[in-house]
Amino acid sequence: MLTIAGRKFRSRLFGGTGKFSSPEVMKEALEASGCEMVTVALRRIDLNNPADDIMSVLDRDRYLFLPNTSGARDAAEAIRLARLARASGGGEWLKLEVTPDPRTLLPDPIETLKATEELVKEGFKVLPYMNADPILALRLQDAGAVAVMPLGSPIGTNQGVLTRFQVEIIISQAQVPVIVDAGLGAPSHVAEAMEMGADAVLVNTAIAVAGDPVRMARAFAMAVEAGRIAYEAGLGAVSKDAAASSPEDGLGFLR
Amino acid sequence: MFTVPEFSTLQAAIGRATEAEVLRALNSDHPGLDGLAALLSPAAEPHLGAMAKRSGIITSQRFGRTIQVYAPLYLSSFCANRCAYCGFSAVNTIERRVLTFEEAESEAMILHQRGFSHLLLVSGEAPAKLGVDYLEEMALRLRGRFAALSIEVQPLSIEEYARLFRAGITSVAVYQETYDRDMYQQVHLGGPKADFDYRLESPARVAAAGMREVGIGALLGLSDWRAEGLALGLHLAWLRKHYWRTGLTVSFPRLRPAQGEFKPLQPVSERNLSQMIFALRMFDPDVGLYLSTREEGRYRDGMIGLGPTRYSAGSCTAPGGYGQESAGAEQFEVGDNRSLAEVSAAIQKKGFDPVRKDWDAVFQVQGDRQQAA
Repeated sequence: MLTIAGRKFRSRLFGGTGKFSSPEVMKEALEASGCEMVTVALRRIDLNNPADDIMSVLDRDRYLFLPNTSGARDAAEAIRLARLARASGGGEWLKLEVTPDPRTLLPDPIETLKATEELVKEGFKVLPYMNADPILALRLQDAGAVAVMPLGSPIGTNQGVLTRFQVEIIISQAQVPVIVDAGLGAPSHVAEAMEMGADAVLVNTAIAVAGDPVRMARAFAMAVEAGRIAYEAGLGAVSKDAAASSPEDGLGFLR
Repeated sequence: MFTVPEFSTLQAAIGRATEAEVLRALNSDHPGLDGLAALLSPAAEPHLGAMAKRSGIITSQRFGRTIQVYAPLYLSSFCANRCAYCGFSAVNTIERRVLTFEEAESEAMILHQRGFSHLLLVSGEAPAKLGVDYLEEMALRLRGRFAALSIEVQPLSIEEYARLFRAGITSVAVYQETYDRDMYQQVHLGGPKADFDYRLESPARVAAAGMREVGIGALLGLSDWRAEGLALGLHLAWLRKHYWRTGLTVSFPRLRPAQGEFKPLQPVSERNLSQMIFALRMFDPDVGLYLSTREEGRYRDGMIGLGPTRYSAGSCTAPGGYGQESAGAEQFEVGDNRSLAEVSAAIQKKGFDPVRKDWDAVFQVQGDRQQAA
């Protein structure tokens, strides 16, 4: 079972709440996904309003609520947002997003590290969204991040794990869980990430904008499970050459 | 600084476009400026359906199945400019009004109670009646109660924009009205707005001041809409290169009947407007696109999901018009009189979520004055 900061998760699929056609569709899709952790953009909700369209349909007992700092351009903004969210009952779990470029929404490594250092000191459980940079992953881990969230490809692009080579290194080095986030556009993409040994994946856009988000959520859940089982079962090695017909080919000189 | 080519140069680039270039642009993830010119050209007209489809897919992928809703709040109808097309033009004999802070606040609270969380503060250009001090005070008074505050007022200096940003203003719209320099001089008959270049440089000043977002646009009906579309593309591309931290939006105001009986010089049909919106969406997948209540409800409903991402609702263009039925002169007559609830229902019917809050004052509440209660 996956454990992050002492909390156990049966599902290795994490969900998001953005881009859905209605709060009702979102609720149903999240239920179908079986996920237990859901990220919510703080900019999108009103924590002080019990009738908030997103918060009022999400069961806080069923899901661990992972507020994110989407929209923050630098560490100072992310920290300010995080503090206010916690003060309004948002809890101490935080998906840290610092994305100064509103076009690509790629994360700023320097500001993300700064904010992680500060927020960890203040007692937050920080899960930073990051580019797939292995050294940055180690630096964030050393700064006290409870997991790292490297991107598969830029957010919303549905391109899959374009950062495969880097993510493999991150997985091989990390002591904290590695959650592949962003750009996972199809169940096959998440299966790939899970087969590589990712501890979990986060999927939002691909489910939210699917023709049938509820069925798509189920498909992603199945792919995550398949990928994880395959990883645990031990995949056969991939080779470019066919296996030699005789195992001793080329060794005839041996006495 | 951004400079716009001669209008005739833009028109020639569009005129050269062939159907093959249209098809290439339609199938490209990055059509570029050449592709934009092709998509705006008459050669693209037979492919309007394919453009709509592509524009819709790109929009959903980037923005999800959501439409952000907002309302304009008109603060003042005083104006020092003489613009031939505008109801607030200084030469028009209308009853003029600037709201007191209390009046403006009570208008804002009406919108708040109606469910709005994103406000656009609008005024005519009369700095003596409504200057930066006024706007700063309004921002400080309102920012604790609204998620995002934007302004559409006279162009300001970098220092003034920075002051307003610190006070809680999130974004600024400064429409060029027309990128056709000759036409610009013909319709801007007097006042500070007659300076084409100062206005053209305004969006860069907004970005340089650190605003989150800057809105550009052309008033459709003044000159050749196709060339305006290409100029908007050039302006977007320039702003992206020079101010990569700033979010960008485009508006497509079509001339509406207004005081002064100005008739559009080059009428823009709904098909034309749609082509322009689809082309710019394909050119820039990340730009926010506004479709205001200038357009009729039927058209706005039809465009949901095809490109625009922000809709106003229940708008009144007369200062004080939310609290009083007959508040006096409007800047223009709106085409869609439906309430926020009605527009939201239409958005939902199309399978989209009308999003009322997609920002938070906390991002920039850093001034020395506490949030309003």
